[in-house]
Amino acid sequence: MAPNGKLKLALYWAASCGGCEIAIVELREKILIVDQVADILFWPVAIDAKYKDVEAMPDKHIDVCLFNGAIRTSENEHLAHLLRQKSKVLVAFGSCAHEGCIPGLGNLFDRQSIFERVYLEAPSVDNPQKILPQTTTQVPEGEIHIPKFYNTVKTLGQVEDVDYFLPGCPPQPHQIWAVIEAILAGNLPPKGSVVGANEKTVCDECKHKREEKRIKKFYRIHEIIPDTTQCLFDQGIICAGPATRGGCGALCPQVNMPCRGCYGPAPHQIDQGAALLSAVSSVVDADTEEEAARIVGEIADPIGTFYRFSLPSSLLHRVRLNEGGKVA
Amino acid sequence: MSDKTFEPHIVGFLCNWCTYTAADTAGVSRMEQPPNVDIIRLMCTGRIEPAFILKAFAEGADGVIVSGCHPPGDCHYNSGNFKTFRRMPLLERLLEQYGIEKGRFHWGWISGAEAPKWAQLTRDFTEQVRGLGPLDWKRQLESKED
Repeated sequence: MAPNGKLKLALYWAASCGGCEIAIVELREKILIVDQVADILFWPVAIDAKYKDVEAMPDKHIDVCLFNGAIRTSENEHLAHLLRQKSKVLVAFGSCAHEGCIPGLGNLFDRQSIFERVYLEAPSVDNPQKILPQTTTQVPEGEIHIPKFYNTVKTLGQVEDVDYFLPGCPPQPHQIWAVIEAILAGNLPPKGSVVGANEKTVCDECKHKREEKRIKKFYRIHEIIPDTTQCLFDQGIICAGPATRGGCGALCPQVNMPCRGCYGPAPHQIDQGAALLSAVSSVVDADTEEEAARIVGEIADPIGTFYRFSLPSSLLHRVRLNEGGKVA
Repeated sequence: MSDKTFEPHIVGFLCNWCTYTAADTAGVSRMEQPPNVDIIRLMCTGRIEPAFILKAFAEGADGVIVSGCHPPGDCHYNSGNFKTFRRMPLLERLLEQYGIEKGRFHWGWISGAEAPKWAQLTRDFTEQVRGLGPLDWKRQLESKED
């Protein structure tokens, strides 16, 4: 705490979309309470503090750092190490820092193929000289450097020691507020805990009526108009609810969109995608091997569907690379 | 490790009632089997979570075998093997997307009376995986960014 009794807070975004920052603003009038009880020392999206200001701080100067975003570049990793060094409590805030999230789907590819797609092949790109990002470039004024784009996206917990994990894409404002209140009250659970979420699955919070699941055909969401009272999974829509930690209040199923899994693996699950794959395939209504293979064969893109938010934190972390660091 | 000295490390998840019994019989009957398959006995292949297989690959297995009781009628618990044949085809597709070749994962059925079939599978599968070379997923997990 600062001499004025205020909490010293830092917020950072690494590889993320900015939605986590919006989630904090969504505290609405409570953001004024945050301002009353905390001094915000560093928050690139909202206040003008530089990296050198953080570097100049004594170690453990920041009380709590809410770090959102995955580790995609050397800059992300540098800031992870720096903010760990300067913070008493480091929170992996949101799905990207917690488990990799959408940026983590980059682990289906490698650096080279991502660069080629983004800088050469994308229909809107005009790059006749085929220029790709270089970490070092000579310009008339001297040598300039940009961060290295890593081959593999990592979670915050894979590069630094994390105290708490606050899941969600983005975390729900009422859950963020509950965590802020717990921090202020000094009422935090043991280190390493998932905070701002529940100990049950999304299904536990979902209002839809569940019956025996017997699936003859799986549908993608644009292929069916679902019954709005029945369990979406019962209707053949792949819903990540059974494999996903609750805490969001089952927001997506409430508006008849299937859960996509952003709150991460359900408690005690080591691999969210494997758990969802197991849940999906075991309810297939097939009594022969051929029929089962046909029904599950219609599911589009299993890895992208089951690991939409958690590929970097899965057991295998990414798709296989050959010796040269390329996707085989 | 050069390919000359490469010995595949294979994990076999076998159900207690059928394939484990076959493997046991193959052993006591002195049938020829390579020493590459480490067997994990489970009560039923329907109990195998896909995470078991992913964990085996993540921790160094070059190949994985899942084998249980012939459907429809052999399962000790009536329908455990139904769960298996619903899960495994989807897991196969997932492994392929991960870049793990089809030849590294075998699932099927061997009854307690089919010990020679088990011994043959261990010989054939070991050679198949040897031909594919090391998977070495640990190297990938531990590699640092250059």
